Amino acid sequence: MSDHLAEIARAACARHDNAPDALIEVLHDVQGALGHIPREAVSEIADALNLSRADVHGVVTFYHDFRISPPGALVVKLCRAEACQARDCETIVAEVETRCDVRWGDTSADGAVSLENVYCLGNCALGPAALIDGELFGRVSADRVETLVKAAQRGKP
Amino acid sequence: MTRRVFIPDDAAALSVGADAVASEFALEAERRGADVTIIRTGSRGMLWLEPLVEIEVDGVRIGYGPVAPELVGALFDDGFLDGGSASPLHIGPVTEHPYFARQTRLTFARCGLTDPLSLSDYEANGGLVGLRKALSMDAEAIIEAVTVSGLRGRGGAGFPTGIKWKTCAEQTDAQKYICCNADEGDSGTFADRMLMEGDPFCLIEGMTIAALAVGASKGFIYLRSEYPHAKSKLERAIALCEQAGLLGENIDGSGRSFELRIRIGAGSYVCGEESAMLDSLEGKRGEVRAKPPIPAISGLFGKPTVVNNVLSFAAAPFILANGGEAYREFGMGRSRGTQPFQLAGNVRQGGLVELAFGVTLGELVHEFGGGTQSGAPVRAVQVGGPLGAYLPPERFDLPMDYEAFLEAGAMIGHGGVVVFDERVQMARQARFAMHFCAEESCGKCTPCRIGAVRGETILDQIIAGDDVAENIVRLDELCEVMEEGSLCAMGGLTPMPVRSALKYWPGDFQS
Ligand SMILES: Cc1cc2nc3c(=O)[nH]c(=O)nc-3n(C[C@H](O)[C@H](O)[C@H](O)COP(=O)(O)O)c2cc1C
Ligand code: SF4
Ligand code: FES
Repeated sequence: MSDHLAEIARAACARHDNAPDALIEVLHDVQGALGHIPREAVSEIADALNLSRADVHGVVTFYHDFRISPPGALVVKLCRAEACQARDCETIVAEVETRCDVRWGDTSADGAVSLENVYCLGNCALGPAALIDGELFGRVSADRVETLVKAAQRGKP
Repeated sequence: MTRRVFIPDDAAALSVGADAVASEFALEAERRGADVTIIRTGSRGMLWLEPLVEIEVDGVRIGYGPVAPELVGALFDDGFLDGGSASPLHIGPVTEHPYFARQTRLTFARCGLTDPLSLSDYEANGGLVGLRKALSMDAEAIIEAVTVSGLRGRGGAGFPTGIKWKTCAEQTDAQKYICCNADEGDSGTFADRMLMEGDPFCLIEGMTIAALAVGASKGFIYLRSEYPHAKSKLERAIALCEQAGLLGENIDGSGRSFELRIRIGAGSYVCGEESAMLDSLEGKRGEVRAKPPIPAISGLFGKPTVVNNVLSFAAAPFILANGGEAYREFGMGRSRGTQPFQLAGNVRQGGLVELAFGVTLGELVHEFGGGTQSGAPVRAVQVGGPLGAYLPPERFDLPMDYEAFLEAGAMIGHGGVVVFDERVQMARQARFAMHFCAEESCGKCTPCRIGAVRGETILDQIIAGDDVAENIVRLDELCEVMEEGSLCAMGGLTPMPVRSALKYWPGDFQS
C-alpha cells in the first residue's frame, strides 16, 4: 500500500483524535483527499480507530456518500425525488442518456463522467436541482447537462 | 449617503446565480460611482423571485427579482438606486408583497432580513431575549413555557416538545445531550436549511435554551452532507457565539456551560429517524434502534438525550421571549403556533410560507403558490415528504392541522407541499414510494427491507398491465404487512403515499 495513502488516512484519524465515533468524519476527510475510499485506507482507518475492518467497511457501504472506486472527472448528481420529478427531472435523465450515450447511475468506462442519483438537495422550489462537481444548481435543463457531459467526454481521449 | 443593498447567499439563491448577481452589482455601482454597501442575507423565502435583490430607501426595503447579471445595468438605468418602479423586476416593498405580508413570521422573523452572521443584527432584531430570560429562570419554568406553548415536534411525528424535555430533565445522569436533527431528508422541504443559513443564531439559541431546561452540557447538530452552505454558516455562527461568551463555559456570565458541535451525515434518508441518527452520530451504520428506551432516557452514548428538529428548537427563543401563551394563540385545535410550510415542485410561486396552523391546503397551493408552474391544472399534491399522502384538489379544503390530516389518512410531516400537474401518473408515484423505501431502508426488519422490493415489483407488473386486479390485492396485503410489522415509520408509512394514490386515482392503476 502506498505510503501516501496511509499517511492521508492516518492524518485524517489523528485530526479527529483517533476517536471511533468520528469514523464518518474521517471517511469524509479521506474521500475529500482521495476522491474515494480505497480498500487499503479501510484497514488503515480500522487500525487507527481501533475498529475492525468489517466495522469500517460496514459504514462505508451503508452511506450513499462514500465511494469505493474513483469518480469520473465530471460528477453530476441529479435530484430524482418527488419535487424535482414534478419539474421533469426524468426528462433530463432520458434526454442526456440518449444524446450522450451514457447511463444514469454509472461512471463511464473512459472515466469522463459519473452520473448519479440523489434524493433531495433542499432546492425543491427551484428544481430540477443538481450538484455539478459539488456546486448546487437550480432550474437545470437537459441542454445544460448535455453540454457539460459532452465537454467532459471530449476532455478525455 | 451610502445605500444598503441586500442580496441573499442562501443556497437556493446561489443555485440560480446570486453570487454572479452580487458581483455585477458591485461592479455596476463602481462604474456609476454610486456609494453602496452590499450585505449578504438569508432568503426571504420567495424563492421563485431569486435572486431577489433589495435596496433600502428611507428605511424601506424595495425588492427586485428575479435578477440576472445581464439585467443589472438596465436595473440601474431604471432607477434602482432610488427604489424606482420602472423596472419590470420591481416588486415594491418586500414586506408588503402579498406572499410575505400574509405570513406570520415567528420562527423566520429575521430570515432574509438580517446579516446571518452579525450578532449585533441578531440582538437588534429580538435575538437573545429568550436565552437571557431562560438564564434567569429555573428549569421547570422553562419547560413549563414550552409545554404551555403547545409546541409539537416539527420533524414529522408532532410529539409535544415540553413532555420530551421534561422526561429528559427528570433523568439524574450527570451527562446529557442535546441533539438537533438537521437531516432534512424529505423531498419538498428546505425550511431547516433556510433557517440554518439565514438565522443560525436562532437555532443555537434554541438549543442552548433546551440545554438549560434539561441540564445538558453538550450538544450536536446532525447536519446532512447535502447542506455545505449551512455547515459553513453554522460553523462560523458557533465560533462567533463562543467568542461572545454565548456558548462554551459560563454562558453570558451565568455559570452555566454548553458546548456545541456539528456532525455531518453521509447521505442516508433513514438517518433522519432519531435513533438511526444517534447511531450515525456515534460513527456507526444508521440502523434504527428498537424502542424503548426512548432517547430522552437513553440516547446518545446511552445518555439522556433531547432530539428535536431544527424548527422545534428554533421556536424556543420566541416562546421564551414572549411566553408560551403568545405562541399558543396561533393555530387550531391541538396544532398550536406556526408552521413554516414549504411550497415545492410544479408550483408557480415556490417558497417558504410561515403561517398559523389551520390554513387550508388549497389556500397554500393556490393563494400562495399561484397554482402550477406549467400552467396546467393541479392534479395531485404530496404533503409531508416521501412517506406522506398524495391528495387531490377535492381535498384542498383540509386545514393544515395534525389531527385533520391524520383523520384523512395523511400527515403534515415537516410541512413540505409538493405540487404536480395533470401529467403525473400516480401508479408511477406509488412505485417510486416503494423504490425509495427499498433504496433507503436500514435493513433491520423484513417487512421494510423485503417488502419494499416486493412492492416495487408488484407495481411494475401493475404498470405493465399484468394481472392488475390480483396485483392490487397483493399490494394491499403487502401494505398491511409493512404497516403492522415495520420497526419504524420508514417501512410503516411507505404505504401511505401508495394507498392514497390507489384511493384517489384508481384509474391510474388500470393501464
Ligand atoms: C425515516 C424517517 C426519517 C426522518 N427524517 C427526519 C428528518 O430528516 N428530520 C427530522 O427532524 N426528523 C426526522 N424524522 C423524525 C425523527 O425520528 C424524530 O421524530 C424527530 O427528529 C424528533 O424531533 P421533533 O420532535 O422536534 O420533531 C424521521 C423519521 C423517520 C421514520
Ligand atoms: S422499517 Fe425499514 S428503516 Fe425502519 S427499522 Fe425496519 S428496515 Fe429499518
Ligand atoms: S426534491 Fe429535488 S431538491 Fe428537493
